[in-house]
Amino acid sequence: MGLYSTSSSALLIAFILYLVATFFFGGAIRQDKKERHQKTKAGTIGLVITIIGFISQIVYFITRWIYTGHAPVSNLFEFTTFLGMSMILAFIIIYSYYKTAFLGVFALPLATIIIAYASMFSTDAAPLVASLQSYWLPIHVSTVALGQGILFISFVAGLMYLIRQIDQTKLTLRNTMLELVIYGIFLFIGFIAVTTIFNAVSYQATFEVERNGQQIMAEYHLPPIAEPQDSTLLSENVMTPWFAAPDWMHGDEAGRKLNTVIWSFFAGTIIYGITMLISRKRIGKRLQPLLQGVKPDMLDEIMYRSVAIGFPVFTLGGLIFAAIWAQIAWGRFWGWDPKEVWALITWFFYAAFLHLRLSRGWHGEKSGWLAVVGFAIIMFNLIVVNLVLASLHSYA
Amino acid sequence: MNKIKCECGHINPEGTVLCEACGKPVEGNQHIDGNDDKKLLNMRYDGSARRSQTYQKSIVDKIWSFFSSVKVGVWLIVLALIASIFGTIFPQEQFIPQDAVSRDPAIFYEDRYGILGLMYYQLGFHHMYSSFWFITLLALIGISLVICSLDRFVPLYRALRNQRAKKHKKFLSRQRLYSESTNIHDNDIDKLVASLKNSRYKITEENGYILAEKGRFSRWGPYVNHIGLIIILLAGILRTTPIMFSEEYMWVREGEQRVIPGTNNQYYIENQEFILETHDQEDERFQGGSLEEEIATNFQTDVIIYEAENPDVVGAEPELEPILEYSIQMNNPAKFDKYTLYQQGYQLNEFKNMSFYIHDADDEAGESLGTFTIDLTNPESVYETDSGFRVELTNYYPDYVMTEEGTPVSETDFPRNPAFVVTVYPPDSDEGEVSFLGIGMNIDATGENQYKVAIDDVEFRDVSGITVSSDRTLPFFFVGAMIFMIGVIQGMYWQHRRVWINKQKDNSLLVAAHTNKNWHGIKRDIEKAVEGTNVTMVKDQQELDE
Repeated sequence: MGLYSTSSSALLIAFILYLVATFFFGGAIRQDKKERHQKTKAGTIGLVITIIGFISQIVYFITRWIYTGHAPVSNLFEFTTFLGMSMILAFIIIYSYYKTAFLGVFALPLATIIIAYASMFSTDAAPLVASLQSYWLPIHVSTVALGQGILFISFVAGLMYLIRQIDQTKLTLRNTMLELVIYGIFLFIGFIAVTTIFNAVSYQATFEVERNGQQIMAEYHLPPIAEPQDSTLLSENVMTPWFAAPDWMHGDEAGRKLNTVIWSFFAGTIIYGITMLISRKRIGKRLQPLLQGVKPDMLDEIMYRSVAIGFPVFTLGGLIFAAIWAQIAWGRFWGWDPKEVWALITWFFYAAFLHLRLSRGWHGEKSGWLAVVGFAIIMFNLIVVNLVLASLHSYA
Repeated sequence: MNKIKCECGHINPEGTVLCEACGKPVEGNQHIDGNDDKKLLNMRYDGSARRSQTYQKSIVDKIWSFFSSVKVGVWLIVLALIASIFGTIFPQEQFIPQDAVSRDPAIFYEDRYGILGLMYYQLGFHHMYSSFWFITLLALIGISLVICSLDRFVPLYRALRNQRAKKHKKFLSRQRLYSESTNIHDNDIDKLVASLKNSRYKITEENGYILAEKGRFSRWGPYVNHIGLIIILLAGILRTTPIMFSEEYMWVREGEQRVIPGTNNQYYIENQEFILETHDQEDERFQGGSLEEEIATNFQTDVIIYEAENPDVVGAEPELEPILEYSIQMNNPAKFDKYTLYQQGYQLNEFKNMSFYIHDADDEAGESLGTFTIDLTNPESVYETDSGFRVELTNYYPDYVMTEEGTPVSETDFPRNPAFVVTVYPPDSDEGEVSFLGIGMNIDATGENQYKVAIDDVEFRDVSGITVSSDRTLPFFFVGAMIFMIGVIQGMYWQHRRVWINKQKDNSLLVAAHTNKNWHGIKRDIEKAVEGTNVTMVKDQQELDE
């Protein structure tokens, strides 16, 4: 198990280094206008630590590849981790061009959340199913992830723009929407927190479920608030479920997934509430003064440029390479599978974004909202399409 | 056509906003690009005369204006986007799962999703992407692409070809980046130009007026990528014709040789063996714990492809020439002529043939009185044993089920659960005895049979499901996609930058600059160029936080 544990440790080291780097970028923030574009020691250290973390993550990637014998991008854990790595790479590239420490303060923790989110899924090594056995696996997946990583930077810059610019003096629709986006990020943190806590205590509740006359087992690793439909609780000394998953939810896993979503909202809301209590303001309002030192048109440009760079990369990986591989594997380059459709929706969306911006002058705030929605679509494709909609691409 | 003559002498087409040569705003046309009460000029298409903005009288003009509008284009994209989302709420009809109550959409959606499912079906969302209106939407996007591109490309091309280095002061001062400097020595101008040249700007000089320009080709990016998209849409239309695209699905049993459908009897396939491999469960790398099921790591059909020498001769037995021996795997299709064969499905352990023996019903030991073998894909109607028994195959159900009414039927034509009604005639007898035989079944209809028929042996084989596809549109899609990529990279990764350096008669120096994007970059270029000179750095006249 030498390689496997090396691989896991390297990922953990990368994770910690990204968090450490965030603090250095935080220390590099200069509110004074004159110092704004100067290189700071803290910023350079932050970048160096990020790069070391990135190298450590590459070590994870290579050792896992050698261990399993295939590119580690084949299930939800592996892909999402790789997506986090692409986000870091995109950040390093954009940072070295714009040298703005503010970006690090936002991009690094968000990318770290993605990597933590990935680790909530099974990290076990598994052999590669026949349909994925092709050299197109690393080509297609890495290009998609890189494109999405670059588009992630546009989301970060867009979010920063909105936090910086939206009026927070009184409660409005716009700052409520912004707060909702921030709350959405807290839901991820909530999911990560509850999963980690109950994994640490090896919580388990088993249900026997009846499906089409057959008995199957459903394993819960979170206390069951919602139980599967038509099920009997087998485990003892666990929480009694409050209600059963409604019957319009289908699939053997529906109850467990609903339960996870409830827990994520529950924990996310509590963490958000505590943060609110400490900050005594809306989070958006609390963060706003932090961003006074960055020029909004710089954020606007980073946001637009990352779409301009990321859109072609995403098209190449998510549509063209995807189509070539689908032709080789399934004999059809396009089959309207939900994952394919959502890749097309993403493409449509960013195409509309570019047209609105280039031809209709949607700069600044409008662009910022579009960048946020665009990335929400990407996350929807990663999470909901994989876990909820039945798809040829459901690997986890 | 009313041509517009500018004071610089250049003759512009009707509808021009900024003179193609000197950039002077044309009086009376400023509302077209919304320059009226703005400090800065709208430089999007360099103020060129676009048909859609100029002629709005006839019906053709109106249609042209409609489709050339980016607003309309974006709306079409958004509608296609929303329609696509709706198509993923429930599975499309081709994805109705195997285990569904019925694969008939009229039943499936309501059964599984209730009233919402019924609405989904009735609205036709279950075949969203082949619906008339979705395809119409894509066609409208295609029309919009063509008209949009022509409306802008032609005048923009003209304007950029006719541009001069000498620009009108009104043009320069209303650029986003602009500065005026006084008492500038010619040395400083030379330095400025040399530095821009160093940054790979192309320098045009006309009577001391200077234009530094780079990356003009990036302006054509959008039009190039639109051409790529149009090719893809046209390829989609071509693909609906049988000459360009055909697809067939066939089942081939192990050991079977059959004609390949869709090839006009020209090609035959022989399935030598179907192989299904699963991962090695002893492999210690994959002992992580959560892995319980076997993972299929290989689906493979070893085939020989034959070409028929005389496929058109009716009735003649074709002479088959083997042309290809191949292992078709997932991700590794076989190709010959214009056809591609894909490993698509399989059926393990289909019954190949069953042998039976006849024995005396009273004989506990069941001593064989004669045997016969039924080939389940080509059953004969009568079998005779060496011992003189005659067995008539009265009824054959390859995939036997009993209906609710109690009648035996065959669910499919594949021998998955064979059952038979046989009539046994003992030697030298015309009195037959009827038995009903199946897997684990041996029913004596009358209860008075003297002889019993029992299963002796069963032989199995696998069946491969193979898709035969002939798709001549693939190169078109590929070329379209490549042109799209070239166009989008050309337009996105490069930018068109221009710096005008005009020394006025009063000896002041005007510097103005424009780029279609990435203002940060052009500012850096100019910053570098004015360093060490007396030229004033251009001021950004439009900052977002103003």
